[in-house]
Amino acid sequence: MIIPPNDPQKQFVLAVEALTVSFDGFKAVNDVSFYVDENEIRVIIGPNGAGKTTVLDLICGRTRATSGSIKFRDMDLTKMSESNIVLAGVGRKFQNPSIYDDLTVFENLEISFPRGRSVFGALTFRRDAEVRRRVEEIAETIFLADHLDERAEFLSHGQKQWLEIGMLLIQDPDLMMLDEPVAGMSVSERKKTAELLHKIIKNRSVIVIEHDMKFVEDIAHRVTVLHQGKVLSEGSMDRVKHDPRVIEVYLGH
Amino acid sequence: MVIRSKSADDTAFMKPLEIVSILIIAALILVVLPATLDAFRLNLVGKYLTYAFVALGLVLCWGFGGILSLGQGIFFGLGGYCMAMYLKLEASSVANTKIQSTPGIPDFMDWNQLTELPFFWLPFKSLTLTVILIIAVPTLFAFFIGAAMFKRRVGGVYFAIITQAIAAILTILIVGRQGYTGGINGITDLRTLQGWDIRTDSAKQILYFVNSGLLIACILLAQYVKRSKLGRVLVAMRDKEDRVRFSGYSVANFKIFAFCLAAAFAAIGGAMFTLQVGFMSPSFVGIVPSIEMVIYTAVGGRLSLFGAVYGTLLVNVAKTAFSESFPELWLFGLGALFIAVVMVFPNGLAGIYHSYVDPLVARLTRRRPAETEQPLHGAPAE
Repeated sequence: MIIPPNDPQKQFVLAVEALTVSFDGFKAVNDVSFYVDENEIRVIIGPNGAGKTTVLDLICGRTRATSGSIKFRDMDLTKMSESNIVLAGVGRKFQNPSIYDDLTVFENLEISFPRGRSVFGALTFRRDAEVRRRVEEIAETIFLADHLDERAEFLSHGQKQWLEIGMLLIQDPDLMMLDEPVAGMSVSERKKTAELLHKIIKNRSVIVIEHDMKFVEDIAHRVTVLHQGKVLSEGSMDRVKHDPRVIEVYLGH
Repeated sequence: MVIRSKSADDTAFMKPLEIVSILIIAALILVVLPATLDAFRLNLVGKYLTYAFVALGLVLCWGFGGILSLGQGIFFGLGGYCMAMYLKLEASSVANTKIQSTPGIPDFMDWNQLTELPFFWLPFKSLTLTVILIIAVPTLFAFFIGAAMFKRRVGGVYFAIITQAIAAILTILIVGRQGYTGGINGITDLRTLQGWDIRTDSAKQILYFVNSGLLIACILLAQYVKRSKLGRVLVAMRDKEDRVRFSGYSVANFKIFAFCLAAAFAAIGGAMFTLQVGFMSPSFVGIVPSIEMVIYTAVGGRLSLFGAVYGTLLVNVAKTAFSESFPELWLFGLGALFIAVVMVFPNGLAGIYHSYVDPLVARLTRRRPAETEQPLHGAPAE
């Protein structure tokens, strides 16, 4: 069911091929292949334990693949360090909002600003007009313009999720990976998040893991369904929705 | 953009309150203490202040970076030994040691049937090299420990235990190789620095001021690091290491930097200790002194550079006072103090100051019509 590249010369942003990782013999991800186009929004769905988060872990270097390859443009991510993968243009948001509680919203965003990321660079980093402008611009986008001086600890759950999205956004990655961006959000926050995602997906490719089907339908260009570490189905939401196997293992009747 | 965030303009090297704090510390250790204490007590305070270097390093490394090292005695000791080796060689001139079977080498070597100066003592004939090595040896050692641990993602409790083990190993090594290191007695009978007798009261007084000046310089350096983005990255790492890693930082390098800087501070303290106290021994290297140094930091408040100085002074004054009267009870007292700080005042003296004194100051200043602005976001305690 994997959609093979029609044209072998075609440049994908991300080409995952025959990706396998085994933890003590258990194959959490088993021979997974998929391809993400320029400016595509890909949503990965599947039941719990299907290996969705592990796939993101593999792409961003948190987990090392047992076999298979992950090509981001011309780079082989399986051989790069986590920080180099980020520098290459891959950004990732974690499932639980992962922000710095003890720092202000401004400082949280500033740390992700793509400059001065070496030890010496951080020592000599200056908070100049460009940094301020960019942080304020991002804060506006993620609805936190009025919270810049607040300690991140005091934000609501939804605001924390937005802040982490903002921290990705300020890096301006070519490939953005979001792990359950609307989990635990209220209805109005969900709506705002969908609006936010529509705004930020321009000019980049995005991989989203999400359970909220309405949300998925709203944003996905294509959907990949994982089940027990394998790709069960792939295609447009419409097609996936009517795939009998997907209905059986995930969507229910 | 019209939004003006206060954080955005918050780029000054020191906030007004911090300037006041450092002036108070400077006034205390440069003016008040020398003016009120006799030579003996002042020298004692000078000794305490050498530990404050270690506490200062621990604030950056442990308080900010979350890297608890239970082996800072290693670096304090290495710095101190480097200084002691230089002074010992100067004290062991051929004229001073002509009764030995091999004149011109330190007495303990002679007692251990060594007939030649070991090669690693040779650089310590030069003062310039010694000064360089005082910083370089401990910092490089910290770099190797840090690189070996942090690149492999060893952290937390494991790191603390390993540093403790290294402190124990180093002590055993020093004690065991008496002919090379002076053994359990350490390196004693130090007399002059380039012909200047360091045992006189006036020399001790001068050394006290040199020590205090260096301490203030180190506080300012630590303040610079704290106020730089690196300081914020350290805090971020303590909170969410993975987030920092996946924001494009090499977390290990930042940890190594913090650990090396703490080691360099400790080494300066160790060297000044040797100069002021006149000897160096393994009892300042091992596990117990290393843990005591962590307690100084905890008592002062592990997030406060200034607290480190006060915590060190307070614990040591208490130690001297109590151990003069109840020598057996002191260790229990120290343990109890540590437990009390951790359970009741997790931010130490600085935390107490912020909870009780700050609001008072704020109330007093608010009464005035010319309202001064209070810092809004409660950043980690100062």
